Amino acid sequence: MAKGGVGHNTATGSRCIEDAARIAPDMAKGSIVAGLLAPHPPHLVYAENPEQNEPTSEGGWEQLRWGYERLRESLADVDYDCLVILSPHWQTYVGTHFLGVENFKSLSVDPIFPNLFRFNYDMNIDVELAKAIHDQAQEQGMSVKMMENPDFRVDYGTITSCHMIRPEWDKPIVSISSNRGHSYYSVEVMQEMMLELGRATRKAIEDSGKRCVLIASNSLSHRHFTTESAVPEDMSVEHITSHAMHLWDMRIIELLRAGKSQQVVDEMPEFVEQAIAEADGGALTWMLSAIGMPEQKATLHGYGTIIGTGNAIMEWPCHEWSDS
Amino acid sequence: MNDVIVKSLVVPAHPHPLLIPEQNEGWQRIRDAYDAARKVVEESGADIIIIYSTLWPSIIGHQIQALPDAEWTLVDADFHDVGSIPYKLKIDAEFAETWNKANHARGLDSRTVAYHGFPIDVGSVVALKLLNPNNDIPAVICSSNVYADRAETSVLAKSCLDALAATGKKAVAVSVMSLSNRMFTEPIEPSEDRIHSQKDDEWNQKILELLSQGRLEDVAQLSRTIHNQIRVQKVVTFKPMWWLSAMNDNRNDLSGDVLAYDAIHGAGAGVIILDPTSNGQGDIEYDEDDVEVFAGERGVLSNTEEDETVAQVNDDIVHAASAPKPVGAYPHARREGNLLYLSGIGPRHPEDNSVPGGPIKDGDGNPLDYDIKAQTRAVVENLEIILKEAGSSLEKVIDVTSFLVDMDRDFKGYNEVWAETLGKIGPTRTTLAISALPTPIAVEMKVIAKV
Repeated sequence: MAKGGVGHNTATGSRCIEDAARIAPDMAKGSIVAGLLAPHPPHLVYAENPEQNEPTSEGGWEQLRWGYERLRESLADVDYDCLVILSPHWQTYVGTHFLGVENFKSLSVDPIFPNLFRFNYDMNIDVELAKAIHDQAQEQGMSVKMMENPDFRVDYGTITSCHMIRPEWDKPIVSISSNRGHSYYSVEVMQEMMLELGRATRKAIEDSGKRCVLIASNSLSHRHFTTESAVPEDMSVEHITSHAMHLWDMRIIELLRAGKSQQVVDEMPEFVEQAIAEADGGALTWMLSAIGMPEQKATLHGYGTIIGTGNAIMEWPCHEWSDS
Repeated sequence: MNDVIVKSLVVPAHPHPLLIPEQNEGWQRIRDAYDAARKVVEESGADIIIIYSTLWPSIIGHQIQALPDAEWTLVDADFHDVGSIPYKLKIDAEFAETWNKANHARGLDSRTVAYHGFPIDVGSVVALKLLNPNNDIPAVICSSNVYADRAETSVLAKSCLDALAATGKKAVAVSVMSLSNRMFTEPIEPSEDRIHSQKDDEWNQKILELLSQGRLEDVAQLSRTIHNQIRVQKVVTFKPMWWLSAMNDNRNDLSGDVLAYDAIHGAGAGVIILDPTSNGQGDIEYDEDDVEVFAGERGVLSNTEEDETVAQVNDDIVHAASAPKPVGAYPHARREGNLLYLSGIGPRHPEDNSVPGGPIKDGDGNPLDYDIKAQTRAVVENLEIILKEAGSSLEKVIDVTSFLVDMDRDFKGYNEVWAETLGKIGPTRTTLAISALPTPIAVEMKVIAKV
C-alpha cells in the first residue's frame, strides 16, 4: 500500500517532514505529493464528451480544458496512491463528512445544468484513509461523520474535478464534504475549521504511509450569469462578469504564483465577500493548510471563465520540493 | 379571489418524520400531522399538488420537474444515517409544460427538466411521500431561484395560476420549508432535540400565530425580516411565503390551522393548512411588488447600490438609474449637441415594473380592462425622471411622438392627460396608432428635449 516518499520543504521548513518519529518503523511516512486547485463546473466534462456523460457538445472552454491537460501531463510521472478531494457541492451542516463505502456506481445529474451533465460514474473509495482522516479530525476536536449509506449519490463537483484530473478513474478517492461554517457563522470560523481539518488530513496521510494528491475543488470569483445561451458552448458570450471579479481573480492567482499562501488565507474574508468566491466552501483553505501553507510558487496551468465565474487550475508540486 | 387553490400547506423538509418518527415524540407529532394533512389533501378534490421547494435552488431562472415517472433512491446529504428514501413520483408533465409556457409569457426565464436520475430534493420527496404516498394526485415541483426577489417570485405564482386556469385544474399549493432553519452543527441524540434557540422559537411562534389567523400575506411581508432573524444565510431566503401568498391572491383572511410545531435537529418544523375560506376578519392590506410581468434582470451583477442611484451619462449616452429599465439593449437617451433624444418611454413603474392602470392583457393574451389615463400619466412621470437625470426637464421638451395601441378606445383619455401636462408646455406632437408594443402597455412616447 505505501509507496514511500517523504514530502519535505527545504525552502520554508514546512511541516511536511514533522512527526517522523510517530511513524511505525516498518512503514514509510506518507506524504502529499501535490496540492491542486481544480474547479468543477460540469461544462468542462460536457465539453470533453467522455463516454460516461450522456449529453454531447461541440466543445468549448478550451482554455480551461487545455489547462487540465497540462495538469494531467504534469502529474503523469508522479507516483501516488489516492486523490483526496473537498467539494463544495456536498454541503453538510452537521459537521464534516467522509464517504465511507468502498465503491459508488450510479448516475449523477447536475441539479443546475442537467442539460450538460448526466454522468455515469464508477469510483472506488479509500475508506481506510477516509476513516483515518475522520478519526484524526475527531481527535483534534472536530465534528465529523462517516457516510456509510451505499445508496448515497456522490456530488457532481467531486466527480467533475476527479474526472478532469484522472479520467482513467483508476485511483481511489477520499471525498470530504464542505461544512457550511461560512453560512452558519463567518468566513473566519470556516477558515479556522478548515485549517484544522487540513492539519488533520496531513497528519492522517503521513501516518497512513500513502502518497496523496489533494484537490481543492472550487472556482475563484463566483458571480455567474443568470441566463444561459441557446448553445451552452457558445464561447462568443463567455467572459468574466465584471472587471472587479477579474481583478480579484488575478490578485489571488498572482499571490499563489508568488508563494504567498498565507496572504491568500488572510485576505479570504474580503475575497469571499467581494467576489462571492466559491472558496467560501473551505476547500482552498483546507488544501493550503494540509500542504503546510507553502511559500513555494504554485504553477498556473490555466484560467478561464464559465458562465462568468473565474476558474484557475493550479498545482503545488510538493513532490518536487522533496527532491530539492 | 381565485377558486383554483383549494388548500395551501406549509410542511417541513427533513427526513426524520418519514424515516424515524418513533425516535422522538416531536418527530412523531410532525408525522401524525403529516398524516392528517394527507387526509385533507385526499379529500380536497385537487387535481394536482404543486410544490415550491426551498431545497431545490436554481440560478438560471426557475426549473420545473417534468419527468412523468420520476424514480430514484434518495439519501440526505447530512442525515444519510437515518436511511434511504426510495421513491417513484407521478409528475404531471403536461402541466409542467403549461406552467413553463406561462412563465415565458410573463417574461420569466424558465425551463422544464425531464431527465432520469435528476436529483429531486429531499424536501419535495419527503412531502410527496407523506402527503401523497400512492400517487393518487399528480404533482409538479418548482425550484426556488436564488436571485428571485419578491416581484419575480410573485410573477412565478401568477404564471402558475395562469396554467391552472388554462388547464381547468384545482390545486393544493405546498411550500416545503423549515420555519427557523438553524440546526445544531453537531450530532445530537434524538431525545435532545429542541428548537435551536429561544429567539428562533419566539419568531416561529409569531409566524404560527399569524398563519393560524390566516394572515398569510402578513407573513409574506415579514419574510425578509424573518430571514434575517432566524435563518441561516444560505442561498435561498424565506421566499416560499411570497410564492404561497401570491398563489392565494395575497390574501390575509384565509382560515389557518396549525397541526404541529416541533424541532427537527434544531430547526423549526411546522405543518400548517390554509383554507381559502375567509375567516371573516377582512383582508387587511397589500402594498408591495404586485407586478404582472417580469421585465428585468435580477440586478445580481450590479456593482453597488450607490451606482444604481445615479444616472450614468457617459459622453452622450444616458442610463437613468431611477427610471424603469429598458426592455432591450438600448439607453434611455442620447445627447447630441444641446439636444436629448429619448428612446420610446412607457408607463412601467421604476421600482417593480408594474403597469399603473393595469396591463392591457394577461399572460395568455386575453385582453384586460386598463386605465389609459393612469398609463399616460406614468409615461410623463418616467419622461420627467429621465430628463431630470440627464440634466434637462419636462419644460424643455420640444417634440413628442406618441404611440397608442388602441386609438379609438384611448385617444380621449390620453389627450386629457396630455392637456394637463405636456400640453401646457407646448411641444409639437404626432400621435400614431400601432398594433402592439413589446410589453403589455397601451401608450409610449418618444421625445426630443433641449439640455
